[in-house]
Amino acid sequence: MWRGDYLYLIQNLILKDFRIRYRNMSLGVLWSLVNPLVMMGVLTFVFTKVFISAIPHFPVFVLCGMIPYNFFTVAWIAGTTSIVDSAGLVKRVPVPREIVPITTVLSNCVHLLVQICLLLVMVVFFYGVNRQWFWLPLVWALEIVFVCGLVLLTSSLNVYIRDTRYVVESANMVLFWLVPIIYDFSLVPEKYRRFYEINPLAALVLSLRRILLHAEGPDGSTHTLWKLAGVSFTVFAAGLLLFHRMKPRFYEHI
Amino acid sequence: MSISDERPAILFQGVWKSFIRHTGQMLIRDRIRQLLRPKAHETFHALREISFSINRGESVAVIGPNGAGKSTLLNLTTNLCLPDQGSVEVNGRIAALLELGAGFHPDLTGAENVRVNAALLGLSRRHVREKFHEIVAFSELERFIDEPLRTYSTGMMMRLAFSVAVSADPDILIIDEVLGVGDLSFQAKCLERIMQFRHSGKTMLCVSHSNDTLMGLCDRAMWLDRGRMMEYGPIARVVEAYKNAVGRQTMCSAG
Repeated sequence: MWRGDYLYLIQNLILKDFRIRYRNMSLGVLWSLVNPLVMMGVLTFVFTKVFISAIPHFPVFVLCGMIPYNFFTVAWIAGTTSIVDSAGLVKRVPVPREIVPITTVLSNCVHLLVQICLLLVMVVFFYGVNRQWFWLPLVWALEIVFVCGLVLLTSSLNVYIRDTRYVVESANMVLFWLVPIIYDFSLVPEKYRRFYEINPLAALVLSLRRILLHAEGPDGSTHTLWKLAGVSFTVFAAGLLLFHRMKPRFYEHI
Repeated sequence: MSISDERPAILFQGVWKSFIRHTGQMLIRDRIRQLLRPKAHETFHALREISFSINRGESVAVIGPNGAGKSTLLNLTTNLCLPDQGSVEVNGRIAALLELGAGFHPDLTGAENVRVNAALLGLSRRHVREKFHEIVAFSELERFIDEPLRTYSTGMMMRLAFSVAVSADPDILIIDEVLGVGDLSFQAKCLERIMQFRHSGKTMLCVSHSNDTLMGLCDRAMWLDRGRMMEYGPIARVVEAYKNAVGRQTMCSAG
């Protein structure tokens, strides 16, 4: 049994990721902003010049979708391959295996934080602050729980079936269109809406827009927040369960 | 938690461990093929019915040819993998020198690597803060500690790793063929440190191909061959038996 200092270990692993990634970059953390800003610019061009959209302040609108989506895909894909990628650790140190995928997700939260700051600055500029902002930490925390759950599921599957990561990558491509990133939820026909609401990523984008752009509570009239929490924790529990079942034989399979 | 002296430090009871021989990558099509036409896996028995117990304060060498199951035995002891049958019981805090340099990354500095490695070995924040200078001093790398690891030579890297590993104060020390660390004077220093462990009544389990080193470190030995325990007893007798067997084998193949 590994009886160590969990917090110290997680902190060190996150710092390690962070340092490795930024040590050789002149712009450092600012690189985290480049991707969402470029995407925002391109999408804004398309939707204000080509397919003209009636949505006001389109850049802010699209950023509300892009930032959660970016975090979600990067963390999910990196987390999926994390166990196989850290074979050196898994085969040599008896640290609890759950640490590996979860730390990968948490490392990505550093970039998420930078991007959230960008989003909030833009929102303040166009819309101002409102009381509903108090919901933001909860809403983001639920997304992190959801991603951790998914990553526990797919990282353990990926040890046994190595093409799991390609399935995950394709799923992310599909999600870009099935999450209301570039269009508004109100355009979705009534009969499909419930599928959007049980998709935690779509529910998150929905809640964010309600809070930031409309100064409404995240719940709306359909208990979005409860659905988001329910699905997130269910996935997390399922992830832990599957991971726990699979981990005794990781050693033999990587 | 105090550990009663009655309980052995390490206890193996009828341990079997086998590995499935993989024929290639594990992709979806391989899994589907397996489901449709289940084939008996070709298994490889790394350990067959191993039983032994090591008391606290004993120091035991594991000898045998390559592929005898020595590393598997150590990995079972450190709980990296589980036995197929039988049980493995370990009482006390383990530090394994087979984890030398786990998590080391070339882009991090020596100091940063020390912290990551120490955290992986289970050392606490306080322990690292208190012992940091001691670790660096033992490695004799003070002048390079803030340089990235990629500028280190292999010997320097191993010195750093060894220093972190011995700074943990374990009840049971597992040493896997790492006594060839660094230059002669550093090797002597490592050996001295390991002897200190031994004299302070710690349990030790060592693997090495250098019988002379083992004779100096351990009082008992087990000889493994193709997963079976051939002998277990006082080191002089076991090493003698092993040497004789190897001698006979080379004579046979030569003749």
